[in-house]
Amino acid sequence: MSATLDRPVSAVDPSGGRGNDKSRAERKLGWYLAGPAFVVMLLVTAYPIVQAVFDSLFDYRLTDPQNSSFVGLGNYGVILTDSVWWTSFGVTTFITVVTVAVELVLGFGLALVMLNALKALRPVLRTVILIPYAVITVVSAFAWQFAFSVDSGFVNSWFSFLGATPETDWFGTQGLSLFVICLAEIWKTTPFISLLLLAGLAQVPDVLQEAAKVDGASWWQRLRRVTLPNMKAAIMVAVLFRTLDAFRVFDSVFVMTAGANNTETVSFLAYRQTIERVEIGLGSAVSVLLFLSVVLISALFIKGFKVDLSQARGE
Amino acid sequence: MRHQRRRLTAVALAVAVIAAMAAACSSAPSGPPVLTWYINPDDGGQAEIAARCTAAAGGRYTIATSTLPRQASEQRQQLVRRLAANDSSIDIMSIDPPYVPEFAQAGFLAPMPPQVAAAAREDRVPSSIEASTWQGQLVVVPFWANTQLLWYRKSAVAAMGLDMNQPVTWDRIIQAAAQNRTQIAAQGVRGESLTVWVNALVESAGGSIITNVGEENPDLVQLGLTAPPGIEAARVLRTYGDAGVAPPGFPTADEDTNAESFQSGDASFMVNYPFIWGKAKSAVEEGTLQQSVPDDYGWTLYPRVLPDRPSAPPLGGINLGVGAFSNHPDLAYEATTCITSPENSAYYFVSNGNPSSRLSVFDDPEVLAEFPMAPTIRESLTLAAPRPQTAYYAEVSGGIQRTFHPPGSVTPGATNEAATALITAVLRKEALL
Repeated sequence: MSATLDRPVSAVDPSGGRGNDKSRAERKLGWYLAGPAFVVMLLVTAYPIVQAVFDSLFDYRLTDPQNSSFVGLGNYGVILTDSVWWTSFGVTTFITVVTVAVELVLGFGLALVMLNALKALRPVLRTVILIPYAVITVVSAFAWQFAFSVDSGFVNSWFSFLGATPETDWFGTQGLSLFVICLAEIWKTTPFISLLLLAGLAQVPDVLQEAAKVDGASWWQRLRRVTLPNMKAAIMVAVLFRTLDAFRVFDSVFVMTAGANNTETVSFLAYRQTIERVEIGLGSAVSVLLFLSVVLISALFIKGFKVDLSQARGE
Repeated sequence: MRHQRRRLTAVALAVAVIAAMAAACSSAPSGPPVLTWYINPDDGGQAEIAARCTAAAGGRYTIATSTLPRQASEQRQQLVRRLAANDSSIDIMSIDPPYVPEFAQAGFLAPMPPQVAAAAREDRVPSSIEASTWQGQLVVVPFWANTQLLWYRKSAVAAMGLDMNQPVTWDRIIQAAAQNRTQIAAQGVRGESLTVWVNALVESAGGSIITNVGEENPDLVQLGLTAPPGIEAARVLRTYGDAGVAPPGFPTADEDTNAESFQSGDASFMVNYPFIWGKAKSAVEEGTLQQSVPDDYGWTLYPRVLPDRPSAPPLGGINLGVGAFSNHPDLAYEATTCITSPENSAYYFVSNGNPSSRLSVFDDPEVLAEFPMAPTIRESLTLAAPRPQTAYYAEVSGGIQRTFHPPGSVTPGATNEAATALITAVLRKEALL
């Protein structure tokens, strides 16, 4: 309500002396408050991005800086014509689609549980559901790797009824490795998505639910016609954030397979060129392409699905 | 007025803080220069040697250790990135032998004084000298030298009727293991250990992965993988894979996993480093392993590929480099002489199980008592061949790991050609890795 009251004040006298001074002062104050954060953002995000774009145009090896030379878009040509890039891209897309889809369904279920739980249970439940998200990704990756490892893991003996034998090597083939990687990712980040969805669920007005109930709508009908349409914005924001996150998957792959059996993701490819091969130029080009993919995903979501980011904050 | 005073106070405070910080930074360390030694993780041996050499220096320098990551490739990554930024805190570093050419070529190593070089050549196993040399110059000091042996369970082998006093070939042990339904543990994980295995097979068959060692231009590096010895190496890997003698989890098995499966008796044969002996002995001391298990361990030279040609076992270990940006290169080189002294080498062998690069250490009674296989290790080190020496080792090794994994499924000929094509393209920066 305060927003609608404030607005006319500046509209009354857009060119007036005092009003203009006040708005100028406010704008100045705004810059004073946000300025330091803006500068820090420029330093820690914009500068490395610009540097990476610049480096990606060079044939530059960390151990041989004297022979660095400008190659234009040559590095991008090498990457985009290499089947390794497209395999990694496919694997990354697969992990993203599978994990986000499963997490959305699971997360929604958990959000419903959290919303409808008894008041006394609610805080405990929320904490319990959040625990996996609090675990550091590398630690969770190691835990899952140990669980599924053929020599020290317990999965092979516990799940023999599902067809696992003591000799099932979960990290020996692409399919099984990706299965475990996706499982670890889902376990870890479902709480995140369910929290965002819970915020959305809480926004659905009770009045609408009650009206639908009075009209004789079933639970399923209320979910589809009342709940989901009213929290569409929250769902899209949750999916967007998680997709961006999932597309950059690195830790689980690094720990579990180190990229063996065609489980390399795009971030892993960037790591391998930049850190392992110390080919800064080529690696920067991979990073820039990863960045562009992420930008493209965001643009698709925001423009294509008309996601309003401010909705997530309940403004 | 009040505003101004407040501002003045703030400025005065800021000046005081900055001055205090500057004073903290610039306060010169008192006492002898501190040499920082970047070590690979071990059982505390290098830290102890650092303390001993500090004591022996009589106040001329002190050595502080700083531990690098666990994997050799990650150790290299950290050192390379630091040295590329001219890090002067690196005085001495423990370098895995295959990365020596890269460090030397990039100018990351301080030039070795002639008297240090002369001392570093004395009493050393030849393979460790070879692995410390780049373009005819000794660029690092050999510290300890590792090699893989063929380990076997005496009881199992006796039942098979194999005479392990005679040289054995891969084909022979694969056949024996298959007939007796037992396993041969080898490192199948996609990592450095796979390159170690492939290189040992190629060298044992009389070939080399890189045929023109010392070439600086990556475009001109010539690969020998498609030559008959390379094909023969791939054939051994395929025979091994097809015979069903690989342990479960072979595509992810590393040295530690294999030590477990050999200790548990699942595998009757294993190619691995001597650390497994110390591992079994400490398990006995802790009471988690019967004494009869290490008593059943037998060892011999790495298996041959060709019946009439001695094998070329893998060579590992650690060499000591002195950082090019160190403030005390002369003291650092002096310290390497102390670190690699016969006494410290023997101590390191006995306490940490890491064999010395010094020949004389293998005659040390204490070493012989602790490591009865010491003479076999020395013989193995005499035959051992280093991994391909090139400043682009990470690319060559990465290319082999990508194309030869999983090692049981290689196709002799096709895999060799794929590896050659990939490594060549990667060296020309025309492909990703």
